[in-house]
Amino acid sequence: MATVELRFSALPAHVRTARLVAAAVARQAGVDESVLDEVRLAVGEACSRAVGLHVRSGVSHPVRVKLTQQEKRFLIEVGDGVPTPVTSHADSSAAEALSLAAGANGGRGGEQADDTMGLAVISGLVDDLVIGHDDDGGLIRMSWPIADPADDEL
Amino acid sequence: MDLSLSTRSVGDRTVVEVGGEIDVYTAPKLREQLVELVNEGHYHLIVDMEGVDFLDSTGLGVLVGGLKRVRAHEGSLRLVCNQERILKIFRITGLTKVFPIHGSVDEAVAAND
Repeated sequence: MATVELRFSALPAHVRTARLVAAAVARQAGVDESVLDEVRLAVGEACSRAVGLHVRSGVSHPVRVKLTQQEKRFLIEVGDGVPTPVTSHADSSAAEALSLAAGANGGRGGEQADDTMGLAVISGLVDDLVIGHDDDGGLIRMSWPIADPADDEL
Repeated sequence: MDLSLSTRSVGDRTVVEVGGEIDVYTAPKLREQLVELVNEGHYHLIVDMEGVDFLDSTGLGVLVGGLKRVRAHEGSLRLVCNQERILKIFRITGLTKVFPIHGSVDEAVAAND
């Protein structure tokens, strides 16, 4: 079970790095090329959200990204250091995000809208998704199937 | 890849040509550009996204914010995009119902509300 772990300071500029690393490791693990864009986007959304949470909460810990190649799945975990348990946003809708954005005249509405929209995108992209938390803070777990290497040998 | 932005006028429309990646790092630059255009009195915007390699929800939020600003002046914000991977994000979030999305700048310029 091969793993790659990445920890980065909660800076927007590093989110792109996390996307690139995740996509590269996913490709190497055997995730189908056709879903690499989804992997890249989902990791980017999860990391952007974590960065936003860290900044708003004044958390100095790094954002954690763990990439694990399992036997048949490629697992990505993105952890923030914000201890508040995250409620499920599986039903988050863009409409909710839009209503927040519409009400945003400065303040935090826009950030909440981005957060909600980010979760809406992740929920729409990823079939196997768990939004929860661990001892350190919020944790988003996502996984994608790995192509069976035996298929390539045929 | 960073974000590239350029603007030009076509009739009474202002075309914002965007290239590169729109994410949590670069989206503020796009937001600034849209705010500046509206503040200068450009209320009919066309955002050409054909050169965009990556778009995330932060970018969507900026576009929604731009739409809100131009609508306050009875303006419009149209998108130009043919890339399936970008269009998919608009579909997932239901924003295809919010933004008019066109296949070319010419089509967007010719469109009427």
